[in-house]
Amino acid sequence: MAASHNVDPSLLRGLTQRRFGRRDALRLSGLAGMGAALAACGVQGRGTQAPASAEPDAVAKFWAGKAKNGKVDFANWPLYMDPKRPELAKFTKETGIKVNYQEVIQEMGPWFAKVQPQLTAGQSIGFDLMVITNSFQFSQFRDSGFLAPLDHAKLPNYAKNAGAAYKKEEFDPGNAYSIPWASGMTGIAYDRKKTGRDITSLADLWDPEFKGKVGMFSDVQELGNFGLLALGINPKGSTEDDWKKAADHLKKQKSAGIVRNYYDQSYIDRLGSGDVWLTQAWSGDVFQKNISDNKDFKFVIPKEGGTIWTDNMTIPITAQNPVDAITLMDFFYEVGNASALANYINYVCPVPAAQPQMRTDAGKLTGEDQDAMLAVANSKLVFPTAAEYSKLHYYVSFEATSEQQKFQKTFEPIVLG
Amino acid sequence: MSRLKRKIAPYLLVLPGGLWLLIFFAVPMIAMLSLSLQEGDIVAGYRFTGHWQNYTDSLSAYQTQLIRSLIYGAVATILLIAIAFPMAYWIAFYGGRRKGTYLFLTLLPFFVSFVLRTLSWQQILADEGPVLSPIRDLGLVGPAFHILGTPVAVIGGLVYNFLPFMVLPIYVALERIDPRVVEAARDLYANPIITFRKVVFPLALPGVFAGVLMTFVPASSDFVNSEVLGSSETTMIGQVIAAQFLDNSDYPTASALSFVLMVVLLIGVFTYARILGTEDVMKVAAR
Repeated sequence: MAASHNVDPSLLRGLTQRRFGRRDALRLSGLAGMGAALAACGVQGRGTQAPASAEPDAVAKFWAGKAKNGKVDFANWPLYMDPKRPELAKFTKETGIKVNYQEVIQEMGPWFAKVQPQLTAGQSIGFDLMVITNSFQFSQFRDSGFLAPLDHAKLPNYAKNAGAAYKKEEFDPGNAYSIPWASGMTGIAYDRKKTGRDITSLADLWDPEFKGKVGMFSDVQELGNFGLLALGINPKGSTEDDWKKAADHLKKQKSAGIVRNYYDQSYIDRLGSGDVWLTQAWSGDVFQKNISDNKDFKFVIPKEGGTIWTDNMTIPITAQNPVDAITLMDFFYEVGNASALANYINYVCPVPAAQPQMRTDAGKLTGEDQDAMLAVANSKLVFPTAAEYSKLHYYVSFEATSEQQKFQKTFEPIVLG
Repeated sequence: MSRLKRKIAPYLLVLPGGLWLLIFFAVPMIAMLSLSLQEGDIVAGYRFTGHWQNYTDSLSAYQTQLIRSLIYGAVATILLIAIAFPMAYWIAFYGGRRKGTYLFLTLLPFFVSFVLRTLSWQQILADEGPVLSPIRDLGLVGPAFHILGTPVAVIGGLVYNFLPFMVLPIYVALERIDPRVVEAARDLYANPIITFRKVVFPLALPGVFAGVLMTFVPASSDFVNSEVLGSSETTMIGQVIAAQFLDNSDYPTASALSFVLMVVLLIGVFTYARILGTEDVMKVAAR
């Protein structure tokens, strides 16, 4: 590879030496055209904000004339279903609808950025069903009018089997646009052997004894929530002043060298490799890590409280097969299917009846298989009790995009050091 | 007719490359320049308002990361020259019949994905990985000592990943040196050190310059090494730009930062070219 030959000497000369001539005149006249070109490059948005709850005629309008097509394209996160996809095979057998299941969503921000142009242009994104978290982007999707209003007449199992808490979600009143796929808790995961004591409080994340061994989340919402909770402020209903106080508290933690780093999903591997001893964590991951790597990490909801978030099934407004998609959504609210899914993914199941179902199913198994299933059925991380729920807080709810941006700008400098 | 053809021919030759540049370089550049001067948010949309404050705001918010990136890039480039020059020198002058094999070995790591190679360093350098565990058990370092998350890990990753880009151009420059020139220096009683300093090194400068171009620029704007091997104390400007684009959909800030980075890098490279008098050495290389 003759790299030095690739650089044309005359090109370098031209770049390093200023030459004047006719071309400059051309360039100047080009500038005028450039101005027009610049102005033409705006990024289109949806100026008007859609109402938080869909009007009844919006539902009728969207679903009118829509029929079953026999296939559905499903976008989900990795590790969110048994790799053998037994539930989907069952669904195809029962309904004749083929499912194209793709694990294409890794993070909410990039996913929104990826599909936003097509949705703005009213084009299909290639998916009829997508699972999105109740983060900033959920309201961005909703407020831009990118989500199809759900026809609850097509969701009988949801109506029958969903837990009460999953029918009145703050971020989507009346479940107008979404129904939960699974929920999870944000708490603290720790390695008891390293910390030498049980972790019970958010204050432990600020303990100088663990200098350089504490992991925090890079997601500003997760990070900000813990800053607020550590100061005894409920994230929901917190004000801009509260955010600043929380940011200062988090900055102290950082400048004292206590935080090793701010992690995305990779935190669980850093806990496994011993880089961090205690870290902000999502409930299901700890459960799966302990089973897959034979570890004994603990997960605790700190006494000051943790947060609960929900990943939601939604239909993009440009979906080609919405009827097939909503059929699949309701399928996961049949108790047997919800139980099978929760048994694999170990996140909070929105169907309470799945717990007794799982216990019954476990009764039919023997030995290790039975123990494993009972462990899930009895796990407070999969079926939290009322005591757990009372310690869990919802995310900050933002009135407007400008408020979100303020929140983001308050906490972002901490992560981006 | 044939005269006309002869006149058109050069333009036809440059057409594919020209179109390529126009479509995949010029158009995105103009779009990005426009974005950097827009205002709004992702839901309401961004509109062109000539909002130049995007530049001053983003620069004052992220100058630390920008300066840090340039320092990391410069340190990595200097280390790269120090490591790659002897390597290339040895292959060019002492490689013998196996030159091809040695060059292939230099390139071999490139057959493994960039991200995978960096991730494997994360495993190797982990606090309880194969390197640090024994050293700590021997009591050579304290219990809190770590490499991951420090500038050492990030710059080390940059050097490791960009090494072939420095070795190959220097090798090519050295390989082209006429052995008779070196012999002539010896005949004129120059000792090996003076021969190297006055003859070999100046002739290899074009290779070094090409190597610097191919390593300093991507190293300064890299966002993988710091993401994988660093911490929030080592955040580089590339990570900030990626986060603004992908996580926040804040296109104006990201575009403004990209332009600032580009301009700073161009200034840096051309200053360097001026100081070295690259024009002359390029002429020598082209001979």
